[in-house]
Amino acid sequence: MDRSPDVVIVGAGIVGAAAAHVLTAEGLAVDVVDRGAPASGVTGAGMGHIVVMDDSPAQLQLTAYSRRLLDELAPELSASCELSRCGTLWIASGEAELEAVEAKQGAYAEAGIASEVLDGDDVARLEPELRRPLFGALRVPGDTVVYPPGLARWFLDRAVERGARLHLGTEIDSLGPREVRAGTTTISAGAVVNAAGPWSGRLSPGLPVTPRKGHLLITGRYSGFCRHQLVELGYLASAHDLSQDSVAFNLQPRPTGQIIIGSSRQAAGWDGAIDRSVLQKMVARAVEFVPGLAGLDVVRTWTGFRPATPDKLPLIGPWPDEDGPWILSGHEGLGIATALGTAQILADLMLERRPELDPAPFRAARA
Amino acid sequence: MTEWAASVVVVGAGPAGIAAAIRAEGAGRSVILIDQAQRPGGQIWRHRDRAALPRQARSWLQRLDRSSVRLLTGASVVDAEPSSRLRVDLGGRPLGVRWNDALVLATGSHERFVPFPGWTLPGVVGVGGAQALLKSGMDVAGMEVVLAGSGPLLLPVAATLSRAGANLTLVAEQAPLGRVIRFGAALWRSPSRWLDAARYRAGFLRTPYRTGTWVLRAEGEDRVREVTLTDGDGERTLPCDLLCTGFGLTPASELARLLGCATDGWRVKVDGVQATSEDGVYCAGEACGIAGAEIAILEGEIAGLAAAGDRAGAERLGRRRPPHDRFVAGLAQAFRLREELSALPAGTTLVCRCEDVPLERLRDFGSTREAKLHTRAGMGPCQGRICQPALQHFFGWGIDSVRPPLFPTSLSVLAAPEEDESPPPPTSIT
Ligand SMILES: Cc1cc2nc3c(=O)[nH]c(=O)nc-3n(C[C@H](O)[C@H](O)[C@H](O)COP(=O)(O)OP(=O)(O)OC[C@H]3O[C@@H](n4cnc5c(N)ncnc54)[C@H](O)[C@@H]3O)c2cc1C
Ligand SMILES: Cc1cc2nc3c(=O)[nH]c(=O)nc-3n(C[C@H](O)[C@H](O)[C@H](O)COP(=O)(O)OP(=O)(O)OC[C@H]3O[C@@H](n4cnc5c(N)ncnc54)[C@H](O)[C@@H]3O)c2cc1C
Repeated sequence: MDRSPDVVIVGAGIVGAAAAHVLTAEGLAVDVVDRGAPASGVTGAGMGHIVVMDDSPAQLQLTAYSRRLLDELAPELSASCELSRCGTLWIASGEAELEAVEAKQGAYAEAGIASEVLDGDDVARLEPELRRPLFGALRVPGDTVVYPPGLARWFLDRAVERGARLHLGTEIDSLGPREVRAGTTTISAGAVVNAAGPWSGRLSPGLPVTPRKGHLLITGRYSGFCRHQLVELGYLASAHDLSQDSVAFNLQPRPTGQIIIGSSRQAAGWDGAIDRSVLQKMVARAVEFVPGLAGLDVVRTWTGFRPATPDKLPLIGPWPDEDGPWILSGHEGLGIATALGTAQILADLMLERRPELDPAPFRAARA
Repeated sequence: MTEWAASVVVVGAGPAGIAAAIRAEGAGRSVILIDQAQRPGGQIWRHRDRAALPRQARSWLQRLDRSSVRLLTGASVVDAEPSSRLRVDLGGRPLGVRWNDALVLATGSHERFVPFPGWTLPGVVGVGGAQALLKSGMDVAGMEVVLAGSGPLLLPVAATLSRAGANLTLVAEQAPLGRVIRFGAALWRSPSRWLDAARYRAGFLRTPYRTGTWVLRAEGEDRVREVTLTDGDGERTLPCDLLCTGFGLTPASELARLLGCATDGWRVKVDGVQATSEDGVYCAGEACGIAGAEIAILEGEIAGLAAAGDRAGAERLGRRRPPHDRFVAGLAQAFRLREELSALPAGTTLVCRCEDVPLERLRDFGSTREAKLHTRAGMGPCQGRICQPALQHFFGWGIDSVRPPLFPTSLSVLAAPEEDESPPPPTSIT
């Protein structure tokens, strides 16, 4: 290596790519290492919903902040990021859930996120394929959808323009606070960032990041079949409970006219095979909400491993103590939505500035 | 989901699958034979009038008619679950098919295409595709037709086109004459192949058969009007209403790969009795190497016996098999694609026609998966069946993973719960 970078980032998923983008914009010299191609990890398997989510106050803050940062970049994004301003509809499954719709709107309003409570007729008008009776929904018009590999690559391209170097196809065997090692090669740097997603615990043994498997399915092209990302209001409960396998209704219209159907959560170790029983439950749940899906053609199914932490918040900062390498991982099912916000917090901490958000809930060493 | 079961289940009712089913049944097993086409016979036999088929083909089809093999046509295997069950799309309804003892994969091959400027114009079709269209009654009488590509498949299709009254102006084989002759000479072991070749050639005597000649581009506004070919020196442009093009065959190993069977490139790896790396799963015919119908039949017989537990019988038959690997390799060698074909497509030539991805967008990538993630190449309904062999040819890239479904199928077929009582599918099996 002819020069030693300020920062070496392990992982060219959305998280490492966003970090490279932000750090090079701050003027730092950055190297990015990945054993495969950009976005070849879970980023290539995720849905790309840029969503504000309120499982906890910290999560709400982080998702709102990140969405705003991405919106600011929107005019510059390339077509390959496939940014679509479809908004989200959180669907209530019964009268009983209407209270939760109101509560959600209150929480969003406090975080400065616009949303609108819809009654059943409104929902039916907006999304005629949804099964009646409909009770209501919360519409979050500012949520968007991207194509995650496209966005990751866009981040990396910007970083490379500012001098970042990519080492693709290079597997890191181990890392320390100031160097990473691949076989007999060592890259030394001012700082090391472990952004290896679900695999980050392999490079930092003991890090509380575990794989949480998810299944998705994509259809052929059915333009106009649905217009919003449709999520059942009960999704959060399903995402929250770490102890059990779960499925929830989550439907995403792609700009191609295709529809992605999700989603499932499983603690299944590293077995990436399609689990037919989970697939069946997931589809059954989706068809309960949108009966017309049953007749659409599927072209492919796949799985991915979300990098999960016990408290469902990402890890940002040095670990296991202040002298350790930096961690940027544990984004679970929100890594696309929160990559930019977490990268900005990382940069602020590295440059010893005060982040806009309180970083305490995300401190890596909390775990 | 309704479920049927048999001791031996065979997927693919081409020569290999029929032979496997008959042999397994002959050994006393219950057999289900599945094919997505409406008629049995596979790529080579199903389109034709029975009466016009060679004697051997007629005899196999008759044996199938008379057998107790349960034949399921119009049935696509869309998924294979690890628990010895296939999921079948039968006219839009899900059907589970379970094998109690053995599964035989006889899924044949796909045509290989090499993209060149104009290959996606209407009026440009695959060589095998043309054969199928002709058999199902396409009228080519009086049409200006050019056949350009590679491999032994050009001959029978040329003969059929001629017979159907097409004005077949040229048959262009990209392989040089020397290689074609050496391959022909190596056929001395199987005189029937010589006879076939001679019969086919006799079928289009008035048309020149040019080796060392390949297509450069097809042109036309709304559809193909002319085609330009070269022999490396000069160029020649011919008027053309129908251009048939195909550059050999690629083993159809998707189902095998979904089941985890080991492969060598596209070929499914098998041992002396056609057993794959997976317990109880056998493979026969072109899915384990392109070698033609005669070898496909023999492999089917071997696999059928082995699947029925008659290992000794299978081994005995196996000894009759010509040195298969040598033949497969010889065929691949004789008709291997010349370097010049890699330079055919222009930057704007589509390589993935499902997703409209031109060559120039693919050059920056290093692997099938990377290109796919960033360009959508191979993400469409054909799931890379057409563009992956082309990408392999152009860039030397590997083969992407297979995921269910094997063919686009409705959600209700792919994900119908096993325990659901669904009404039996509309077709009854014979
Ligand atoms: C089914 C599903 C749906 C999802 N939907 C959404 C959604 O709608 N919205 C959302 O925001 N998020 C979603 N996610 C979550 C999102 O995909 C992840 O949170 C995010 O991609 C994590 O990105 P990452 O960069 O941390 O991980 P990765 O993308 O996995 O990146 C890590 C990189 O590190 C590399 N690496 C690992 N180990 C090594 C090593 N030893 N040496 C070198 N390189 C190494 C890997 O190759 C990989 O490229 C979903 C996830 C799943 C599974
Ligand atoms: C397009 C094409 C045209 C050809 N034309 C000729 C010709 O004119 N003359 C000639 O000598 N040779 C021809 N061949 C070569 C010839 O097919 C083989 O030599 C021979 O038929 C091989 O027999 P097989 O049993 O291995 O495969 P095939 O005859 O190809 O049989 C495979 C069968 O499996 C079925 N199948 C595959 N996957 C599934 C699934 N998932 N579910 C259900 N069914 C499935 C297919 O429908 C097919 O019927 C052609 C090949 C192709 C691909």
